Amino acid sequence: MSAVAWLTQFLEVLAALLLAPLFLGWVNACRAWLQNRRAPSVLLPYHGIRKLFHKDAVIAASASPLFRMAPYVVFGAMVAAAAVIPSMGTGLPFRSAADAIALVGLLAIARVFMSLAAMDIGTAFGTLGARRDMMIGFLAEPALLMIIFVASLISATTALPLIAERLMVQPLALYPSLAFTAVAFTMVLLAENARIPVDNPATHLELTMIHEAMLLEYSARHLALMEWAAALKLFNYACIGFALFVPWGASIGETGIGALAWSIPALLAKLAVAGLWLALLETVSAKFRVFRAPEFMATAFMFAVLGLLVHLLLGA
Amino acid sequence: MALFDSPLTICLALLACWAVVGAAGLLRPNSVALVGRVLFPLGAIIGACLAIAAALSLATPVERGTLLIGLPDLPMHVRLDNLSRVFLALLGSASAGVSLFAAGYFRKGEGTAPGVLGLQYHLFLASMGFVLVADDAYAFMVAWETMALTSYFLVTAQHGIPEIRSAGFLYLLMAHVGAIAILLSFGIMQGGTWLFSFDAMRESTLSTPWATAAFLLALFGFGTKAGLLPLHVWLPEAHPAAPSPVSALMSGIMLKTAIYGVLRVTFDLIGDPLWWWGLIPLALGLATAIFGVVFAAVQTDMKRLLAYSSVENVGVLFTGIGLAIVFHGVGMTELAALALIAVLYHSLNHAFMKSLLFLGTGAVLHATGERNLGRLGGLIHRMPWAAWLTLVGVLALAGLPPLNGFVSEWLLLQTFLFSHEVPQPFVNMLLPLGAAIVALAAALAGYVMVKFFGIVFLGQPREASLAVAHDVDGFEKAGLVWLAIGCVLLGLLPNQVIHALGAATEQLVGAAPNLAGQSWWMLAPLTERAVSYAPLVLLAVIVAVVAATFLIVRIVYRRPVRRAPTWDCGFGRLDPRMQDTAEGFGQPIRHIFVSFFEMERELPSPLDLAPRYRVKVSDRFWKVVYLPIAGLLQRAANSVAWLQQGRISVYLTYSFITLVVLLAVML
Repeated sequence: MSAVAWLTQFLEVLAALLLAPLFLGWVNACRAWLQNRRAPSVLLPYHGIRKLFHKDAVIAASASPLFRMAPYVVFGAMVAAAAVIPSMGTGLPFRSAADAIALVGLLAIARVFMSLAAMDIGTAFGTLGARRDMMIGFLAEPALLMIIFVASLISATTALPLIAERLMVQPLALYPSLAFTAVAFTMVLLAENARIPVDNPATHLELTMIHEAMLLEYSARHLALMEWAAALKLFNYACIGFALFVPWGASIGETGIGALAWSIPALLAKLAVAGLWLALLETVSAKFRVFRAPEFMATAFMFAVLGLLVHLLLGA
Repeated sequence: MALFDSPLTICLALLACWAVVGAAGLLRPNSVALVGRVLFPLGAIIGACLAIAAALSLATPVERGTLLIGLPDLPMHVRLDNLSRVFLALLGSASAGVSLFAAGYFRKGEGTAPGVLGLQYHLFLASMGFVLVADDAYAFMVAWETMALTSYFLVTAQHGIPEIRSAGFLYLLMAHVGAIAILLSFGIMQGGTWLFSFDAMRESTLSTPWATAAFLLALFGFGTKAGLLPLHVWLPEAHPAAPSPVSALMSGIMLKTAIYGVLRVTFDLIGDPLWWWGLIPLALGLATAIFGVVFAAVQTDMKRLLAYSSVENVGVLFTGIGLAIVFHGVGMTELAALALIAVLYHSLNHAFMKSLLFLGTGAVLHATGERNLGRLGGLIHRMPWAAWLTLVGVLALAGLPPLNGFVSEWLLLQTFLFSHEVPQPFVNMLLPLGAAIVALAAALAGYVMVKFFGIVFLGQPREASLAVAHDVDGFEKAGLVWLAIGCVLLGLLPNQVIHALGAATEQLVGAAPNLAGQSWWMLAPLTERAVSYAPLVLLAVIVAVVAATFLIVRIVYRRPVRRAPTWDCGFGRLDPRMQDTAEGFGQPIRHIFVSFFEMERELPSPLDLAPRYRVKVSDRFWKVVYLPIAGLLQRAANSVAWLQQGRISVYLTYSFITLVVLLAVML
């Protein structure tokens, strides 16, 4: 492993940690502009996390050690996921540690621990949020795996960096199957990150919330870690999308420092467009009832399966 | 000494030791001290020795022998090959943990006297071992029936309870319907030679229709034991009825003897299965997986929940077997080997994680006397050892890396990714969709496990009586720790495990994953795909990040933690009944998979002053398959019963007619 590869790895994790709140802030700001509201500062998530880190933690009397452990595990799983997603370069030293299926597993670790922590206090909202989040999870996970399968059938590997690499080195071609899966992926991204139309990140209306309901009992540094992990999750999903569908700009293999330097503006540009696109989607759609979510996810799954069939039929 | 040169002799001697240990319990059948503190730990040691002996002899030549016992002119043949060794290692290692736990678990008041229970328990273990080494149909069936009978007596340990008696009856009935099918399958496979040794069956060549019939009968017979759809109905009845260590043995190990049976018959005795046979176990397996996990999600009894989860895992195993047959049939030997590795690996994993969970429920059951999820909760405070060790099994069964459940799931999904290369039109289109179903089942398993752990161990105690729950004792702790360590090691060292399992696939399909020249910590079974999974690195990254985050947060922002009552939204009276119940947690599943269930609902009107909500979810297969068959049998029996007139003159007439008919035939 060359020094550049390790540098890429380090920069990637650092970028994920630092840019994730900014990306979240950017999506929120875009959403506000599109809805004719005055936008909050794009730096607001940083302020929020910083503020929470400076507070005294209050923990419910009935909390078990699992409750205090969960934010660290969730955060750790998200950072580990960021380490294997090729957001800036594909020559990552850690790329052999986990392929795309293991990446889905890493995201599942975070979900399971968050749900268990939500059930730990024993309030109605916590368990409600946990079961709804697990419901979205079990609907989204097969869809995500099918999306990854289509990409891996095209590039004959399930290693995410290699999928991105093979897409980049091939001559530019249109893959109808990838078009279907891109739609499916967008839907999965919205659902998994508690965005409209499945969940509303801004709500605190008890009966409709999913993600927020699970965090109700958290405060201070634990909440900060959970919020940061949520931002990281959105960032990670965006980067998985880039790797699967628009990998161009990332440095290929173990190239020099120049390609790495170019990948930073490329990543920023892709994030800016993706944030705007997400905000647009959230603005033009309305939130579903919770039990419409399975239909939404089933549609995503069908798109992914269509992509698979299209690939097998057309070979493209 | 010649005795110790032969692994077969050692294994047989260890199996005999189990029988002797069991019989020793009869010396003082009511002594918990003797049976619990001495005999069960001895059984655990024998199990560990068996696992070591079987594992060390892997990849050595096949060994045969003839036993002195048996019928005149029909001695029992035994044989130790790599398939047997893999399953013997599974039996020994997983049963060691269960026996350790059982040493602390069995006490007075379990129904059957401890000594008798110990005898049944150890005979059960020994017969499972003998099933794995038997080399003729006669020895196999004797062992198979001993296994069914001993486990029947173990299931009905508390035979005073009517539900347990009827669960035991159902189990015995299904076991025998299955045994008849297996016997018929052996009858076909001897191919007219009337020699029932497995060697003769390997030699005989069957025509395609007969071979297919033998395969289908074996699939039916072993599928009954394993719980393949629609033959699964006994599992959710028998597993909750049995004492927890017995449930652990049945679910963790006994179901695997059925997997062993299918593999033995398909790949060894019949020899070269046709590719399209594989589609049958594949389709049934996928259906079983989805059905099992969906039903697990709506259960309210913790052991029934685990039983349905076992149905799911059996489905996954049969899916893998189906894939292996398809790949083998079309000549893609390396992929067939990979699919078989996934099957064997998952068998091993499931033995450890399901045993761990069943023992966890045993600990809860002893501490609280409750199996109903609606009356549990918050036990992580009272029973930290049981809770944290069960959590390992829960995370493993939920298929999370870096634990063991994930490895076999990963292998199976990787195998599925190749299925489009099968040179059969349509089939190669449909097979990749199977991966979607496996993925859905795996994701639902996560849901089920969160429900199981969250409702039993997290939250607030739903009953006041839970406040006095006690944690597991020393032996029980040791058993749980053993199994939890097994789950972790199987997850972290996949290469070593696959290398060992490769000996068995080499024997069955003539290929094994090529792991030569690879790093010991990185699993990359498909070199041409450049895919890899390194659980140790993954674990190290997660641990490093978690530790670094923890330290940084601690050092930089050192603030006190204050404990306060849970915020009650100003309502003023939060109580444990306001938590989600098991029914509540299953509600999304009932809503989404509504067509799977037979539901009876009682929903009172909002104006009802004494409302009673009730929902009863039952298995469709009872109504569609079993009750009609039972009704048919009943009617047939009734019409035959007409012969029974109860008058001596009528019976004398029957005798007379019989004599006349016989005379007419003879002359």
